[in-house]
Amino acid sequence: MKRLAACGVAVVALLALCVLSLCVGNEWIGPGAVYRALTDFGGSDVDRVVRYLRLPRTVAGLVVGAALGLAGGLMQGVTRNPLADPGILGVTAGAAAAVVGAIGLLGVHSLTGYVWFAMGGALVTTVVVYLIGGAAPVRLALTGAAISAMLGSLTSAVTLLDLSTLNEYRFWVVGSLSLATGPIVAQALPFVAVGTILALVLGQSLNQLALGDELAQSLGTRMILVRVLAGAAVVVLAGTATAIAGPIGFVGLAVPHVARRIVGPDYRRLLPWSMVVAPMVLLLADVLGRIAVRPAELQVGIVTALIGAPVFIALVRRQRVAEL
Amino acid sequence: MRGLVVATVAWALTLTIGALALTRGDYAVPPADVLRTLSGHGTLIMYDVVVNNRLPRVLVGAGVGAAFAVSGAIFQRLARNPLVSPDLIGVNAGAALAAVLMITVLGSGWIPFGALLGSLLAATSVYLLAYRNGLSGHRLVLVGIGVTAVIGSLTAYLLTLADIYTAKSASMWLAGSLAGRTWVHVVLVGGTLAVLLPAAIASTRQLRLLELGDDLARALGGRVEVARAVLIALGVGLAAFATAAAGPVAFVALIAPQLARRLVAGQPGLLVPAAVGALLVVASDLVARTVVAPTALPVGLITAFLGAPYLLVLLMTDRAGL
Repeated sequence: MKRLAACGVAVVALLALCVLSLCVGNEWIGPGAVYRALTDFGGSDVDRVVRYLRLPRTVAGLVVGAALGLAGGLMQGVTRNPLADPGILGVTAGAAAAVVGAIGLLGVHSLTGYVWFAMGGALVTTVVVYLIGGAAPVRLALTGAAISAMLGSLTSAVTLLDLSTLNEYRFWVVGSLSLATGPIVAQALPFVAVGTILALVLGQSLNQLALGDELAQSLGTRMILVRVLAGAAVVVLAGTATAIAGPIGFVGLAVPHVARRIVGPDYRRLLPWSMVVAPMVLLLADVLGRIAVRPAELQVGIVTALIGAPVFIALVRRQRVAEL
Repeated sequence: MRGLVVATVAWALTLTIGALALTRGDYAVPPADVLRTLSGHGTLIMYDVVVNNRLPRVLVGAGVGAAFAVSGAIFQRLARNPLVSPDLIGVNAGAALAAVLMITVLGSGWIPFGALLGSLLAATSVYLLAYRNGLSGHRLVLVGIGVTAVIGSLTAYLLTLADIYTAKSASMWLAGSLAGRTWVHVVLVGGTLAVLLPAAIASTRQLRLLELGDDLARALGGRVEVARAVLIALGVGLAAFATAAAGPVAFVALIAPQLARRLVAGQPGLLVPAAVGALLVVASDLVARTVVAPTALPVGLITAFLGAPYLLVLLMTDRAGL
């Protein structure tokens, strides 16, 4: 009963944030006008802003948020590492470097073009980080930092040699939902859907992994299969999210911890909750970014870093984590 | 003894490569002419190329390399962890943010000063955030990663505000570059080394004491907290001034002390890492400047490209440290 109530509250809050995201911007557009723009499109400026700018942006927030929340939850489950996050572990940096390479070297400029590069980059980094980093939080985080630094240097080599790539890159690398358009979001949906289904199916297996390798094995968990599938889901989810919105850090890190507070450690519930909480965080961060430095705006990736880093540092300061 | 040999060889190599760097570039100057110019008998254009342009670049490179390396050696020994280096605990990121703030918002005249302030602030906040019943190397690194991420995103945000040419010159600085370094920078780096390097060498005894562990060090009469604070300040100072002069040249502070340790097969003093660091940066800059000519890449790209795999190898092999 209590759980049902919590669900209800979460859904209402998410809807409210969606409405807020449609209303807030350079100019406030009331909910009534938003409703009219969505149902009875007349082609006025207000209608256009709502339909072509704020609606795709809001939907992108939902999709990217859900993907990042799930990716973070999966990574924390598979690595049993509370600090795991596609950003910290360099997975988004891998996706980002591949996208920059695609823009700068191959002249790819459409999302359907570079989502494959993003996923390829994410795949390679995920494998490398996992192979080198193993399971210890410090090693994983360091491996991620090393790989991010290396990819960063590759990225700056490409961007420094080509001014127009730098120009495209610098607005994308901060992590922003404002570049999303309707078609981009529509193209991303199937990828996120596949990743989501894969993630949700794995919940029970992650619960068994959480018991430790030996116990999980004796319970009949096919550990290698679970890890590979979870890795694949992370790659698809984090890769697609990065392709839509650029690298957005700390959402995948913080949200599963919030979800754990609400529903406990059971991954069958934790993952769906992460999927609901993460878009809330992302939409809230995006709305805050639009208000904070008006008339300019703070990209959502900046806001999530400002909100998320304290969470990360608090986690690190908890003795248990630092001594693992 | 072996340390002395390694240091001598490294300095000799640095000198050789530095001399080579004086001859190479868009305008080739034969070695004989370089010597003539240095002794004051060259033509005006040679004087301009060699003395005003290339020599400061080489000297800043060597000085910065030495400073980063000594800083890294201090941190690694202090934390008894080969992975703790100033790059990972926010020094570079803080300098970067401050410098980009200078370049994009305030105008570029005060970059070194701003970078210095930025790295000191960042290192202090990492230190304070990581402090909890004493310092742990792991916590320092992890907090450093977190703080670096935030500072990095703010830096990226500032880059979106600038016009594209400013953004480009800022990105160049961010990569760690020796381009356009003048005698002012030489004085900055030289002065830093002249003051902080002897101080660091003088503290080697304290360092050795602290390596025994706090309890033993205390029992042997060391003032543990004071000694540690002084050493951290020296390490941060060296890295901060080096970053101010050349930007965040990646991974030198991490690799040089490790290479030194392997070359000497034991714990070298601070002069061996200094020599290795100088060699590393001067050689990397020559590569950066000549391999993809005419486009001169920033030296930091080369060191990052060499350093990151090295860090990964370290992570794979040196399990004991973690």
